[in-house]
Amino acid sequence: MTAAAVETKIPASAEWMRPGRVAVLLFAVLSLVAFLLPDGVLPAWTRQLPAEFRIGLDTWISAALKWLVEDATFGLFTFKDLTRGFAQLLNVPLDIATSILSTGLLDGRGSSAIQLAPPLPWIAVVGVVAALGYRFGGSKLALLAGGAFLYLAVFGQWASAMLTLSSIVVAAPLGIAVGLATGVAGYRVPLLRRIITPILDLMQTVPTFAYLIPILFLFGFGPVAAMIATMIYAAPPMVRVTMAALEGVPREIVEYGTMAGTTPRQMITKVMLPAARPQLLVGVNQVIMLSLNMVIIASMIGAGGLGFDVLTSLRRLDIGRGLEAGLAIVVLAIALDRLSQAYAAGARKRDAEGGLKPFLFGLAAFVAVTYLLALFVPPIATYPEALQISTAPFWTDAVKWINVNFFNVFDAVKTFILLNLLLPVKRFMMAQPWPLVAAMVGYAGWRLGGARLAALVVGLALFPVVTGQWDYTMMTVYLCGISVVVAALIGIPIGIYGGLSPRAWRVIEPAIDTLQTLPSFVYLIPAVMLFRVGDFTAMLAIVLYAVAPSVRYAAHGIRNVPTMLMEAGTSMGCTQKQSLRHIQVPVALPTILLGINQTVMLALSMLVITALVGTRDLGQQVYMALTKADTGKGLVAGLCVAAIAIIADRLIGAAAQKLAAQRSGAVDAT
Amino acid sequence: MTNTATLVCRNLWKLYGPEPERFLAKHGPSPTEAALRSAGLVSAVADASLSIERGEIFVIMGLSGSGKSTLVRCLSRLIEPTGGEVLFEGVDLLRASPADLIELRRHKMGMVFQHFALLPHLSVLDNVAFPLEIRGLGRSEREKPAREMIELVGLQGREHNLPYQLSGGQQQRVGIARSLITDPDVWFLDEPFSALDPLIRREMQNEFMRLQDQLHKTIVFITHDFEEAVRVGDRIAIMREGRIVQVGTPEELVRAPDNDYVAEFTRDAPRSKIFSARSIMRAPRTGEAVAGVIPAASKVRDFAAKVEASELPFGVANEAGEQIGVVDRRAVMSILVGAGEPA
Ligand SMILES: Nc1ncnc2c1ncn2[C@@H]1O[C@H](COP(=O)(O)OP(=O)(O)OP(=O)(O)O)[C@@H](O)[C@H]1O
Ligand SMILES: [Mg+2]
Repeated sequence: MTAAAVETKIPASAEWMRPGRVAVLLFAVLSLVAFLLPDGVLPAWTRQLPAEFRIGLDTWISAALKWLVEDATFGLFTFKDLTRGFAQLLNVPLDIATSILSTGLLDGRGSSAIQLAPPLPWIAVVGVVAALGYRFGGSKLALLAGGAFLYLAVFGQWASAMLTLSSIVVAAPLGIAVGLATGVAGYRVPLLRRIITPILDLMQTVPTFAYLIPILFLFGFGPVAAMIATMIYAAPPMVRVTMAALEGVPREIVEYGTMAGTTPRQMITKVMLPAARPQLLVGVNQVIMLSLNMVIIASMIGAGGLGFDVLTSLRRLDIGRGLEAGLAIVVLAIALDRLSQAYAAGARKRDAEGGLKPFLFGLAAFVAVTYLLALFVPPIATYPEALQISTAPFWTDAVKWINVNFFNVFDAVKTFILLNLLLPVKRFMMAQPWPLVAAMVGYAGWRLGGARLAALVVGLALFPVVTGQWDYTMMTVYLCGISVVVAALIGIPIGIYGGLSPRAWRVIEPAIDTLQTLPSFVYLIPAVMLFRVGDFTAMLAIVLYAVAPSVRYAAHGIRNVPTMLMEAGTSMGCTQKQSLRHIQVPVALPTILLGINQTVMLALSMLVITALVGTRDLGQQVYMALTKADTGKGLVAGLCVAAIAIIADRLIGAAAQKLAAQRSGAVDAT
Repeated sequence: MTNTATLVCRNLWKLYGPEPERFLAKHGPSPTEAALRSAGLVSAVADASLSIERGEIFVIMGLSGSGKSTLVRCLSRLIEPTGGEVLFEGVDLLRASPADLIELRRHKMGMVFQHFALLPHLSVLDNVAFPLEIRGLGRSEREKPAREMIELVGLQGREHNLPYQLSGGQQQRVGIARSLITDPDVWFLDEPFSALDPLIRREMQNEFMRLQDQLHKTIVFITHDFEEAVRVGDRIAIMREGRIVQVGTPEELVRAPDNDYVAEFTRDAPRSKIFSARSIMRAPRTGEAVAGVIPAASKVRDFAAKVEASELPFGVANEAGEQIGVVDRRAVMSILVGAGEPA
C-alpha cells in the first residue's frame, strides 16, 4: 500500500455522499430561502396545520384516561378502586421504610401524630453502611460509604436524605423485582419479547416527565405516586439486562440443566438466574442509579426529601440551599453506586469465603445496641445540631461574590453567545417549513438506510405536524441540536486526546464517570447560579449532562484503531498528526458517531428538566401539562420528543453502520 | 452383561435451514445431497443409524463440525431431531412427553460436557448433589451420596470450593461425579477431556477406565482424537459431514478402512496397541515348535518384546486354552514397522 492509496482510500469512504451532493446543496439553498423569506410569504399551513387536518390525540388520551378513572369498572370494583388498592399496597413497604429510617413509628397522622418508637439512630445507619462497604470492598469502600453518610449528618442533610433513601430502598428492589419478572417472561415467551422490546425502546426515549402525568392522574399526588414513577422509570434496564443475561448463559449450562432433569421452573430459578447473577447485578446497579436520578423529578409529584429541597430552592433561586441539597444527592449517589458495584463485582468471591451469618448477626447486634443507647443518649439518636455545618451561606456568599465581581463578564459572555449563536440558529430553525424538513429527513433516511428507514423517519417527522406541535418541536431541535454540537466539539477532542494518551485518560475517566453518576438535575444548579434563567443556561446544563458519551466513545474509537493500520501509516512516514488525521480519526469515525448518538439521547432527556429555567420547547409543554395534570397534552409532547430521539438514533445509527461497513472493507482490502 | 442394545437410532436427521421438517417429509427418509443443497439446508446429522449395546463404550469420532455433538444431543433429545427414530431401552424417545423426559433424565441418563458446565454459584458438594436436589431430596439425603461420589473421583477436601477455584481437571472430575450420582443407565460424554492439557488428559482417561471397570455403564463417548478413541472405545463410529461413514472395533477400522477418510484417521494410530495376537497369527506349520503361549486377545505391544527376542514363534491360545495359531517375529515386526513405531 502506498501513501497515495491511503489518501484516496479513506476519504473515499465518504463516497455515499457524492451522488447526493446536488440534493444536499439543493436542500441547503431551500432552507436558506425559507429563512430569508419575509414572514407571511410561505403559507401558514407550512408551519401549523389547520385544525381540521390535525389529530386530536391529546384530547383522546385525556378523555380515555378520564373515562378510566371515572367510569371504568370491572363489575365488582372500579378501575379507581384498583389503582387505589394498588397504591395502598405499595404504601405498606414505603411506610415501613420511612418509619425505620426517617420518622419513627407513628401513631396518627400529620402534626398530631405521636412517636411510638424513634427511627434508627444516625450512628447505626452510618455504621451499617460502613460495614456493608467493608464487606463488599474492604476498608477503602467502608471509608467512602461511611464517610458519605457521615457527610449527610454533619452537613445537616440527614432528615431529607433518609426520606429520600427510604423511597429508594423500596422503589429500587421493587423495580428490580418487576424488571426481573418481566425479563424472565420475555425470555421464556418469544411473543412477549417482541411486544416488550419496542415498548422498552419507547420508554427510553419518552422523557420521564411525560409518564409522570398519567401516574399523577391515576395515583394522585404523594410519595406513593412518586415511588411508582421511580419504579417505572428505573425498571426497564433491568428487563433488558435480564433478557440479555439469560440469553448469555452458556449453552452447555442450559443443556446440563435439561439433562439433570429440571422442570422449566427449576431451570430458571436454580440454573439460569444463578448462573447469570454477575450480569444481573449490573442491572441492579443501573436500577439504583436511575432511582436516584428520579429523586428530584419525583418530588414534583409528591416525593419529599432531598429532591424536594432542591426543587423548592431552585424555584426560590435560593442557590445555597439548592446546592447543598444537590451535593447531598451527589454524595448519596456516589455511595450507593460504589456499594452496588462492589457488591456485584465481589459476589462470587464472598460466596466462597462465606461468613455471612456472623456478619449479619454482628450487624444486628450493633444496630440493637446503638438503638437502645440512643434512647438515653440523644446525640446518638440525632446528630447534634450544634455540630452541624451549613454550607448554604457560604455558597450563597460565593455566588454573590462571583456575581458582584464577575457579573459583567458572565453577562457579556452570555449575551455574546445568545446574540451571535443561539438567536440566529433559533430564527433559522423556526423558519423551516415542515414539508422541507420532512423531505430532508426522508432523503437522509433513504440515502443511509433505504426506503424502509425513509418511511419510518418521515412518518415520525410528521407526528408533531399532525398533532400540532411543530413549532415546539423545532424549538426543541434547535436547543438540543446546538447543545449536542457544542458537547461534541468539546467532548470529541478530549476523547481523542484521552484515547491517545493513557495518562490523560487516567484523569479524564473518573471525571466523566462522575459526570455520568450525577442525577441530571444537579447540572442545572451551577448553570442557574451563574447565568440565571434562559436558553443559554439550559444549553450549558445540557452540555454538561450530555458530554460524557462523546468523550468515552471517541477515546474508545481511537484506542481500537487496528495497530496494523497505524504501523502501515508509520512505515509510510506519516507524522503523528498526519496519522491522526488520515488514519485514526477516519477509522474511529463510526464509533465517534455512536457517541454523538448517545449524547443526543442524553440531551433530549435533559430537555424537560431545563424547562424549569424557562425554555419554550416540548420540554416546557410537558412540564406545563404536568402542573395542570393534562395527560393528553403531556403525553403527546413527550411522544414528539421520542419521535426526535428515534429519528436521530436511526439516522446516526445507519450512518455509523454504513461507515463501519466501508471501513472494514477498506481494512480487509489492505 | 447381556448383549441387548440399549440405545438405537434409525435414519436420524438433523437439518438446519428453512422448513427442514417439510423438506424431509417431501423427500423421504434419504434425500440426496443435491436436493439438500438446493433447499439451502445444512445437515448436522444425516441419516444416522446406530445400535449401542448394554455395557459397551461406544465412541463417536470425527473432525470438528462433523456433527458429533449434534448426534449425541439428538440421542438424548437435548436437540429435537428433524426426522428418524431414537429408541432408549425400547421406548420411543421422540414420542416421550416432557414429563417422561424429565423422569428419564433424572434417573437414567447422565452427561459430561466439554467445558464442564458446572453451576458457577454452587460449591463442589452442591454441584454434585444438584441432580438429587432438583428431585426434591433433603440436604442430608443428598449429601451422603454426594460425598461418596466426590471420594470416588478423588476430590475429598475440596467439597466447599467453588468451581472457579478448581483446575480444569478437577472441574471435570466434579462434572463426572455429578453425572454419576443418579447411577444412570446411559452415560454421555461429549469430548470430556478435550479442554485439558495432554498430561492431565492421559490421567483422566485412566481414571475414566478405572471407573468404568467398577461401574460397567453403557457409554457414548465423543472425541476428535483417534488415539483417545482407541484407548477407551470398544467400538468406534466415524462421522463425516453428518454421516456415519464406518462403525467397528479399532482393529476393524485400522485393518479394513472403508474409505480414504477413515484410512486417514487411522494412519497414525498406535497399531501395536490395537492389533491382538488373534489378528496377526498364522496357522502353525506341522510340527512347529513354539517358545511359549500368548492369549489370543492380548495386544501386540504386550508381547512384542518377547516374540522379537525369540528365535521360535509363540503359540496363540483361545480362552479355552487351545492353540489356534502362532505369531512369529515377522508378523510382529510388520505391525511395529508398519506403524513407524520404535519397538
Ligand atoms: N444451531 C445451528 N444452526 C445451524 N447450523 C448448526 C447449528 N448447530 C450446529 N450446526 C452445524 O452442524 C454441524 C455439526 O455441528 P456439531 O457441533 O455437531 O459438530 P461437532 O462434530 O460436535 O464439532 P466439534 O468437534 O467442533 O464440537 C456444523 O457444521 C455446524 O455448523
Ligand atoms: Mg462438539
